[in-house]
Amino acid sequence: MNKFSKRILGLMVMTALAAAPSGYAAQNITVKGSDTMVILGQRWAERYMQQNPDAAVQVTGGGSGTGIAALMNGTTDIANSSRPIKESEIAKAKQAGYYPFEVKSAFDSLAVVVNSANPVQEISLKQLLGIYTGRINNWKEVGGDDRPILRYCRESNSGTYVFFKEHVLKNGDYAPDCQTMPGTSAVANAVSKDPGGIGYGGAAYYMSNTQLRIISVKKDDKSKAVNPVKADGTLDYEAAWTGRYPIARYLYMYTGFKPKGAIKSYIDWILSPEGQKVVEEVGYIPLQAA
Amino acid sequence: MDKASLSNDCAKVSQNAPGRASDSSGEQVSRIKHALTRKESSFSERFVEKILWFAGVSSVLIIALIFIFLFKEAVLFFKTGHPFHLVGLWQYDDWEGKNVFKMMWQSVSEVPKYSLLPLLCGSFLVALPATLISSVIGIGCAVYLSEIASPKVREILKPTLELLAGIPSVVIGFFMLMVAASLIQNVLHTKFRLNAFVGALGVSLVILPIVITITEDALRAVPKELRDASYALGATKWQTIWETVLPAAVSGISAAVILGFGRALGETMIVVMATGNAALVTGNIFSSVRTMTATIAAELGAVAHHSEHYYALFLVGAVLFGLTFILNIISELILNRMRQSLRM
Repeated sequence: MNKFSKRILGLMVMTALAAAPSGYAAQNITVKGSDTMVILGQRWAERYMQQNPDAAVQVTGGGSGTGIAALMNGTTDIANSSRPIKESEIAKAKQAGYYPFEVKSAFDSLAVVVNSANPVQEISLKQLLGIYTGRINNWKEVGGDDRPILRYCRESNSGTYVFFKEHVLKNGDYAPDCQTMPGTSAVANAVSKDPGGIGYGGAAYYMSNTQLRIISVKKDDKSKAVNPVKADGTLDYEAAWTGRYPIARYLYMYTGFKPKGAIKSYIDWILSPEGQKVVEEVGYIPLQAA
Repeated sequence: MDKASLSNDCAKVSQNAPGRASDSSGEQVSRIKHALTRKESSFSERFVEKILWFAGVSSVLIIALIFIFLFKEAVLFFKTGHPFHLVGLWQYDDWEGKNVFKMMWQSVSEVPKYSLLPLLCGSFLVALPATLISSVIGIGCAVYLSEIASPKVREILKPTLELLAGIPSVVIGFFMLMVAASLIQNVLHTKFRLNAFVGALGVSLVILPIVITITEDALRAVPKELRDASYALGATKWQTIWETVLPAAVSGISAAVILGFGRALGETMIVVMATGNAALVTGNIFSSVRTMTATIAAELGAVAHHSEHYYALFLVGAVLFGLTFILNIISELILNRMRQSLRM
């Protein structure tokens, strides 16, 4: 063998070595799913890893649907989801040999936002339905300026998209001219630049943005409009817990099996007062203390 | 290694030896050594040849595999879905109070709707204007580069163009989303801030280098004799370019445009970010649109494997692949014809 062929052989061996799996940490937990829960999930992971140096928790987003799909493909240990798992997904998971186990990990108020230049202060669920299904097309129909409404929504892999479709659109179809945005912050960015824009998403993402306004939502014509944020700029926990604010939801975590070992201790920690404190710090609503 | 032929060679060397008077045994050894190393190198040559052959064939293999994989999954859509649903479906609308024909892409729904029309509309509303813009600028630029520019200017312009080709499309998309979209809305007062036109502008930046490079190649392939003949007949530089060089290179230029169009259809990141992604059936270039590529990119990550939605996305991919494949073949045929006609 001359030098050249030796080199090629060496290169091949090195490539093969590089492709081989590298080492594992002692307790490796992967978490994937809801974009709404990415920041929350990462904060949880950071705090948990500080307290348990053995543990390694990896959190990525992609959308609730993505997380649940990953759970049944076996590529994640925990799926974050901002909507409950669907019957069809449970059936698919069982086919693949998984038995999804549900944990309610936090509470979230879904805020409806408009551009700060828009005078509209409150809106009813029925009007929201009309706007997002394409029957109400001008802000003057809901007490605003004469300006066309530009609808922004999330991608269909988002739990927020599905939750909103079920609870606000009553399972109707979104209007075709709904502009789908890849994430809650993309919705915030779009609405902050469009005077006629309307969007929705986890309240925590919008509270600090001064170019947006979170508007109050009425359950029906008789009830009072409720804002998910109190006058002092903090989230109204009580309105979400009691259901006074009509579009609040649980944030879920799903595991492929009944949690045990490292995964169980992680979930137990999340449900403990310490984990719930992180929920508050990030801007979501903790579970109501039993 | 081939031992038989090697020993054969050695035998030849030793047979030759008696014929020469001055042959010493030391020289014989060195000859045999030489023969050995020659054999060795021809072995490594064959080895490298094999590797290169594999590299060459792999692209064909990869395309064939993708083709099979894509279409195998795509046809499974028709197991549950009706072909007519790719156009639209009748559904009762409680607002209208009657059945309405819905041409919608609404994949997550109680009655999922997989009409390809809004996606085709979207893809073409982005790709056609993008191709138009980059053709006008690109052909102009190529004519300047190949016919008019002095070598010094070329030296600066060519690397700059290569730099343009090197910009990641996500960067262009981000720029269109954050800066250009608002600028365009302020000037044109469009209803949608993010629309097909904004996407088309971004995509035209991506395909501009393609159009320029291939057009310039086509112009350079025009024989010098043609230009000389034109000048000899008293034509000016402009007349030569317009009436001699461009017509001679027209097939190459059209291949460049078609190839650019195919690339525009396939562009993903920019259209995800800059077109607003509303699946509308429309001909309005200032309306928000959703392209085939954006749909696949946005939805494939979340879809349950082997569901109808999953197969529908593969079907969209197959349509897209088929379109770009046909476009590429057409441009390849045109280029081949041009090369043959110019060689005469």
